[in-house]
Parts: sequence; C-alpha cells; structure tokens
Amino acid sequence: MTNAVITTEFALDAGFAIAGRSFRSRLMVGTGKYRSNMDMVRAIEASGAEIVTVAVRRVDLDRTREEGVLYHLSPDQFFLLANTAGCYTADEAIRYARLAREAGFNEFVKLEVIGDRETLLPDTDGLLTAARELVREGFKVLAYTNDDLVTALRLEDAGCAAVMPLASPIGSGLGLLNPYSIRTIKARLSVPVVVDAGVGTASDACLTMEQGVDGILMNTALAEAQDPVAMAWAMRRAVEAGRAAYLAGRMPRREVAVPSSPERGMLT
Amino acid sequence: MDILVNGESRRVPAPATLMDLLGQLGLDPRTVVVELNREIVRRPRLGETQLADGDAVELVHFVGGG
Repeated sequence: MTNAVITTEFALDAGFAIAGRSFRSRLMVGTGKYRSNMDMVRAIEASGAEIVTVAVRRVDLDRTREEGVLYHLSPDQFFLLANTAGCYTADEAIRYARLAREAGFNEFVKLEVIGDRETLLPDTDGLLTAARELVREGFKVLAYTNDDLVTALRLEDAGCAAVMPLASPIGSGLGLLNPYSIRTIKARLSVPVVVDAGVGTASDACLTMEQGVDGILMNTALAEAQDPVAMAWAMRRAVEAGRAAYLAGRMPRREVAVPSSPERGMLT
Repeated sequence: MDILVNGESRRVPAPATLMDLLGQLGLDPRTVVVELNREIVRRPRLGETQLADGDAVELVHFVGGG
C-alpha cells in the first residue's frame, strides 16, 4: 500500500459531527468505576477520546471536592457529556438533564431512561417522551437505546442529535451481540449512530466499528481492565482499525475456498 | 429554621440566602448546581434567594459515570 492511499483513507476519516460540532476521535469514554482517579485520567489520555461522559449526583456534604470528577479532569481539555444514568422515568431524566446543563458546559446530554434494574435495558416509551421534551428545550440529545431499528427511527424523528444503541447490556462486556441490528440502524438513520455499552475488549470495538457506525462509547471495558491504560491504548487502535476496515470495504464471504496461489505452473 | 439539604435535615440561622448556605457548607458556587424546591436557581441569583423554613435544597455536581 502506498502512502498516498493511507493518506486518502485518513482524509476520508476526518472525524464526524454531532449537532454541528466536529470531533476527531470516534472513541468516547466514561469516567465511572476506575480504581483510582489517576487510572482514570491516564486511561482517558491514552484513549485519545475527546468526548468524556459524567454523571450528575448530589454533592457529598461530608467530603466534598475529592469526589467531583472535574477536580481531576479539566473541562478545557475534554468535551463533557453529562448523562442521566440511574433515571427510571422521563421526568427524572429531564430533571437531571436540566441540572447538567446548568453546570454551564454545553447543551448536550446523553439521555438514559432505564426500564429494568437487572439488565439496565432502556424504557423506550420514557426515552421518547424525555427526548421530545429535551429537544423542545433546546438540548442536543444523544439517546441511549436498545438495538431496535424502529425505536432508533423514532428517536431520530423526535429530533435527537445522535442515537446510541447498545452492543450488549451496560457493564456486561458481552460484546456486539447483534451486528445485523447495528448495521441496519446505521444504514437507516441520518443522524450519527454511536454504539454505547457492552464492548468488552478490543476485538469487540473493532467489530463494532466495522459495521460502519460513527463511534463507540465505553466505560467498564477500560475501568475494569486489569490495566486500564493499556486497554485504552488497544481500544483507540481497535476503533481506528475498525473504521479503516469499514472504509476499505471487506472482501465477500464465500462458502468455498479460493486459492491464493496460482493453479497454473504446478509441477507434474 | 430547618431545611432539607440533599435529603438531610439541617438547622440554619435565619435569615439566610442560598449563597450563605453554600458558604456554611464550604462549597464554591462555581462547582455546584443548586435546586430549591425542585426549581433550579441560577448562580447570579444565589445571593438574593432567601431560604425559608421547610425548604428542600439539592446541591449537585458531576461525578464519574458512563
């Protein structure tokens, strides 16, 4: 392969935009569950991520500053994407989104409305209700959803800036369970599709990006890796490789072998 | 007066504004978002918003999450 081709590929992958805002890195990372804040900061740096998710919670009045994530992570260095994790109703999610916006960083919100405590699968009714209201209030909504095409289409219709179907349940590390669904969602939506949740290791991330999606958001795969910094390094490259492979266009699958060496010229 | 702060009851000397409360708790108003009885109170208004007996205050910030 010539350098010209490589340059073309990277030119093709100049990044992507959500609600008119451009991002170079297709890997987004969470900030939860790290064993230490230093692990978190070093892993995020190694991941090359620009978008970093945070949660909204009560200030602990006994031991304040220590636990605020902005004490460790500079909001100038990253694009903070607040989530509504832990919310089980549309009203609750709307309340959290408004609080997050009031922090004053941006109007983006990663909307989660959870419907089941065991699987943390989304309540799609509540999700659509909350999405419509938040869009009406001027939020740029990135909606965490299941891998259902019809829900994804409705979220797009509701005005969401991006749709975030899961690869598998949050924190499960089960990888991409339904490549077909993710591929179909990406093919049918006009807004960016960012797979959120379920990726466990680099091959999961690569396979996910090979479906053509715009990006991946992950948290536990890094935070619970034995070495989060090394895993972040691997994930960054897996996302880049998966994207490049998608752009390159894979060979067709065949049920029969086709030799790679010439059949002519064999000795008799 | 008795108010609720993040779900816990607290006695604060009256009169007091939200800004006074943050001061008593040692919190920098730039690092928290304040809700009073379920309504967000923006930073410029913290100093002029008086607390009343029975008020419910929520003080939130960003923590690690996915």
